[in-house]
Amino acid sequence: MKRIVILGAGTAGTMMANHLRSELKKEEWEIDIIDEREKHYYQPGYLFLPFDMYEPEDIVKTIQEFIPKGVRLLQDKIELIDGANNLVKMRNGDQLHYEILIIATGARIAPEEIEGMKGSEWQKSVFDFYTFEGALALRNKLREWEGGKLVVHITEMPIKCPVAPLEFSFLADSYFKHKNMRDKVEITYVTPLSGAFTKPKATEALDHLMVDKNIKIETDFAIAEVDNENKKIIDYGGKEVPFDLLVTVPTNKGDDLIERSGLGDDLNFIPTNKATLQSQAFKNVFVIGDASNIPASKAGSVAHFEAEILTENILRFINNEPLKEEFDGHANCFIETGNGKALLIDFNYTHEPVEGTFPFPGVGPLRLLKESRMNHMGKLAFRWIYWNVLLKGTHIPFVSANMTEAGKHFN
Amino acid sequence: MEKTIAGRTIAVNEEGYMTNFGEWNKEIGESLAKEAQIDLSQRHWDIIKYIQDEFKKESPLSIRKIGKSGVVDIKEFYALFPNAPLKTATKIAGIPKPASCI
Repeated sequence: MKRIVILGAGTAGTMMANHLRSELKKEEWEIDIIDEREKHYYQPGYLFLPFDMYEPEDIVKTIQEFIPKGVRLLQDKIELIDGANNLVKMRNGDQLHYEILIIATGARIAPEEIEGMKGSEWQKSVFDFYTFEGALALRNKLREWEGGKLVVHITEMPIKCPVAPLEFSFLADSYFKHKNMRDKVEITYVTPLSGAFTKPKATEALDHLMVDKNIKIETDFAIAEVDNENKKIIDYGGKEVPFDLLVTVPTNKGDDLIERSGLGDDLNFIPTNKATLQSQAFKNVFVIGDASNIPASKAGSVAHFEAEILTENILRFINNEPLKEEFDGHANCFIETGNGKALLIDFNYTHEPVEGTFPFPGVGPLRLLKESRMNHMGKLAFRWIYWNVLLKGTHIPFVSANMTEAGKHFN
Repeated sequence: MEKTIAGRTIAVNEEGYMTNFGEWNKEIGESLAKEAQIDLSQRHWDIIKYIQDEFKKESPLSIRKIGKSGVVDIKEFYALFPNAPLKTATKIAGIPKPASCI
């Protein structure tokens, strides 16, 4: 019996377990998936939880219920990946030998990377919303907050769902308007990038949103420390931004397991072929989702498109065929803009987000790079799709793994 | 888009970043630095060489990475290329602005 081991039962790992179990014969291939946690969180929901748009129970289920029959789920801590010997070593002393390893251990926030970030004000006036606990603590804070300077901040790239902090700013504008206290809140968006949007077409189409919503912006801000006592963030160039409430996206890193196993770069992301998803270190090790270093967005939609291509490449690898160099960096993201509207963007490694229609060229019903209620409904509907279609590895009709150029206005 | 600098015509994007690294040479680097109001010292050149080497390896650049490069720490990087050091340094080095989302 040959064995495939999948590390991590989040979005990407769960999808791969489902895809591969339906493709590979049970008599030939054992599939194991390992994750020490018990809960599967719908991470896009972290954006809505702070604003009381979702309840905690909307976004939490068990890992177990999405693992297909015929796949063994091991809920233990992984100690080490020994790629040279094709072994996964567990904390409890067990060892698993694999023919093929799929690493889907994701990314986590690392507030400890910045001096003072996890200081005395952590979860008092300094919050993250990239964890369930952080988003919930922030919800409780926002319920009672009486206003002041709200600073929404990105520490450094890359981060999961790069548009989430922008969406957070837009939703905050909307939230405080509904609470009739928008005049008591000053919103500032602080980014290490050169603008809220950095691609030309998106900037042209969307820059007005910042002005319309009265969100100030501070660009090229490379944070050096959080000053807890004086409640301000300070950058390496000496710039300071004061806050009453800081909502930060800390540095994102790959899992510590990757560091322990010597497989990562300086942020524990795994060097991976961006077209085939094969790791650069070992031919029989593949990487999917946020864990890799490929220059695509760290987002569930990317993992979904990757899963379709990686499944095919694993079958090719088993049959000693050359891998398909097919992954194009395709991402498809809804961007909440507040007041019940959203945008949709669709892009890849080489094509920036542009205006157009999706998924049917010239028809829609979704419109790219334009605010609409339909797009917002799409984002809300996506939670159902996630739990019921996406994790099970079912192909989403009319949405191809590679980006289509039809229906998009490139010029 | 094209622009003429140091007696040569080079391809640039709308933000002035060179789009063909093969066209870069030291004189062009010096002229681009002048446009950014920077006098290049040996320390600047050390950093420019480092980021060009990383670019050739297709290894993505970030402020963090430069800080851990052993070539320069972040404080000095800011002192050498004030305000937005990575943007300025990559422009002078003739490589694309480090990628981001939208």
